[in-house]
Amino acid sequence: MSTRLFFTLGSLCSLVALMVACEKVMPSAAPEDELLDGPVAELSYEQSQRFLLGDVAFNDEVFTPEMGLGPIFVATSCGSCHAGDGKGHPFTTLTRFGQIDETGNKFLAQGGPQLQNRAIPGHMPEQIPAGATFSKFTPPANTGLGFFELVSDTDILAMADPDDLDHDGISGVPNYGSLPNYVTPFNNAIPKNGKYIHRFGKKAAAYNLLHQTVNAYNQDIGIASSYDPVDVYTHLTIDPEISTQTVNNVVFYLQTLKSPIQRNQGDPEVQNGRLIFDRINCSGCHKPTLKTGPSSIKALSNATFQPYTDLLLHDMGPGLDDGYTEGSAKTYEWRTPPLWGLGLSANSQGGGYHLMHDGRAKSIEEAIQLHGGEATSAKNKFVQLSATEKNNLLKFLRSL
Amino acid sequence: MKKLATILTIILITSLTVKAQIDPKLLKKPGSDTVKQTLNMDAVYDRPFVAVGKLPVSVGGYMEANWQYTGTDGISDGQQFQFRRMTLFVASSIGKRIKFLSEIEFEPADKEIAIEFAALDLELHPLLNLRGGMIMNPIGAFNQNHDGPKWEFTDRPIAMTQMLPATWSNAGFGIYGKYYNTNWMFGYELYASSGFDNSIIANVENRTFLPAAKENTERFEEMASGQPLLTGKIAVRHNKIGEIGLSYMGGIYNKWQDDGIVIDDKRRLDVFAVDFNTTLPRLHTFITAEWAWIKVNVPSTYTQQFGNRQQGGFADIVQPILKKTILGWQKATVSLACRLEYVDWNVGKFVETGENIGDQLWSIMPGLSFRPRPQTVLRMSYRIQQQKDLLGNPPAKTAAIQFGLSTYF
Repeated sequence: MSTRLFFTLGSLCSLVALMVACEKVMPSAAPEDELLDGPVAELSYEQSQRFLLGDVAFNDEVFTPEMGLGPIFVATSCGSCHAGDGKGHPFTTLTRFGQIDETGNKFLAQGGPQLQNRAIPGHMPEQIPAGATFSKFTPPANTGLGFFELVSDTDILAMADPDDLDHDGISGVPNYGSLPNYVTPFNNAIPKNGKYIHRFGKKAAAYNLLHQTVNAYNQDIGIASSYDPVDVYTHLTIDPEISTQTVNNVVFYLQTLKSPIQRNQGDPEVQNGRLIFDRINCSGCHKPTLKTGPSSIKALSNATFQPYTDLLLHDMGPGLDDGYTEGSAKTYEWRTPPLWGLGLSANSQGGGYHLMHDGRAKSIEEAIQLHGGEATSAKNKFVQLSATEKNNLLKFLRSL
Repeated sequence: MKKLATILTIILITSLTVKAQIDPKLLKKPGSDTVKQTLNMDAVYDRPFVAVGKLPVSVGGYMEANWQYTGTDGISDGQQFQFRRMTLFVASSIGKRIKFLSEIEFEPADKEIAIEFAALDLELHPLLNLRGGMIMNPIGAFNQNHDGPKWEFTDRPIAMTQMLPATWSNAGFGIYGKYYNTNWMFGYELYASSGFDNSIIANVENRTFLPAAKENTERFEEMASGQPLLTGKIAVRHNKIGEIGLSYMGGIYNKWQDDGIVIDDKRRLDVFAVDFNTTLPRLHTFITAEWAWIKVNVPSTYTQQFGNRQQGGFADIVQPILKKTILGWQKATVSLACRLEYVDWNVGKFVETGENIGDQLWSIMPGLSFRPRPQTVLRMSYRIQQQKDLLGNPPAKTAAIQFGLSTYF
């Protein structure tokens, strides 16, 4: 064999080998239980395609002034606030103002309830009006939201104990609110005086994921839709700046995001931490298990899941009372945040923790110690735990 | 665009016809060595051209194609074959010390035909030449010296194309000149041209992104700011040491008035760049590097998503390891190469936390190239890259294998 032929064949064989083996030298994916994004299992091809459309709209679509951004806004895209579908960062923490009780927001004419603290060039952002109280809300994680939407009102009401009949110091009430005209009540809804149980958001002020999504486009990005065509700046009705289909795709995306997967479940310290979690009654509000009703999406239908929330409002004490509220919630009441995905928070919050409703807690332990009101007893029991027990509990929480 | 395509097609067909009818011996190829020592500012003329007989017009061009496989955090779109671009050059000597050169680029993936360079040069004195037309702003070195066959890697440097806007051309006028003696070369360029617009801080990249202004073809007729973008560069070369270039580009970038009415503050953009290249004696190791700093006036009431400072650059190290007759090609060269890259699209700290803003990337790309002739390169590389998002979350890890070819013709 001549040298030229040998060289040529050798080069060609090397190239073919390279093309065949290229997958082996690519970075591997993170383990499934360390990721918050991704769809629930067993979506049909059609559902998967729709999930991807929503994924692109949520994570990749960036709004510019030409596309309708603002002119006053908080963020330029959905993904800006929910990196990797996880919790947000103080950079995109939003501010709401103007409501102090269930009689409603008295500052709607002055830009309430949400402060658009940024503006495109040539415009000025909003300022909090004099006399308005306010609260800051760090963006929550998106994972598993579709499961929450399918929890029945009956189950939510079963967890409520407004008069603390069981004398555990924990009451828990739903947030009742009015529905915008584009929202259709759930089939199994249990209204009260014409108002419906809301479940999404720090104060549980959003009814379902359509309500939440339309609000976010309008109030966070300044994008008017056919559902809510009122411009956030002029307060006038304008042409939609986003297609109805895109909004629906984003809603579907949020509905079909998988639930976080607990890690290190076999670790004895994690298992012991789980027992301590029950023993000191963290689970009084952070209910470990909920169940869904029927759904056309197989993985969501009649499923049990472990979110560690009861979707109810609780008195969290004066330390967390910002003097602002939404719906029927009191200013000191907050919806129990789900704890699933807690251990992965740092992966979406810039490497550190920014916990509680406004990100004021820089660690899980600090977050626990900020609990007051109905959670005072559990907080005190946590403080009294031995160092080992605390570590086990924190290890359990980080495994979620 | 259709007209342009038609004209180009006619030129191509005519050229092919002419070529078929004439004696190939009449085609004069200067045999330009594309790695010879010249200043980066000479790059537009330092290309192999073919002249037909005594016609004052010479033509040339280059093309780039490649196969690649890329993956990020376990997700890949699989294998891709890409035809990135084909570029045609047409140069002509119009008269004594008057010449014209154009560079037209076809990028099929973007369905784009773009005039990258089309300028008339008028030499008044070697130190004073006038240039006007579509000029390439001399910021850094890569913007002017970007021909695919000159480089050992399929990808262009990220900092130069995704932070600086290479290739960045504008309608404009200016002067340039060079001075030589035995070992020293000195060159300068100074242009006033059209420039940027609001899109650099309002774009779908969700970051301050100078290349966004390339989408605005209106800049060839109307400047957003109504004020020229100034670009200047000085370069010094010693044949035994290397070349260093210092360049600046700046001006008002935004539309601050419309129909005589002031609608915004005037906002400046300033870019500084330094470039360097050398060939180490004995080892013949070729090193070329470039670094740029960008400062953009972004309104404080906007969003820190769009940073007001950026920096980044790259360094290529090319080590010839074999230079001999290979497969019948005399003086064929095999080289090892490595590119180091870094870009920070948002230098600064969050107002809310005082923590560093992310949005940065680094990459290492070892490679192997084979040049049967100096004008033709077959190249293979493996990229290792990590990119952090704005918040500084754990980086996305990317790898890429590329095999490509590029040649002047």
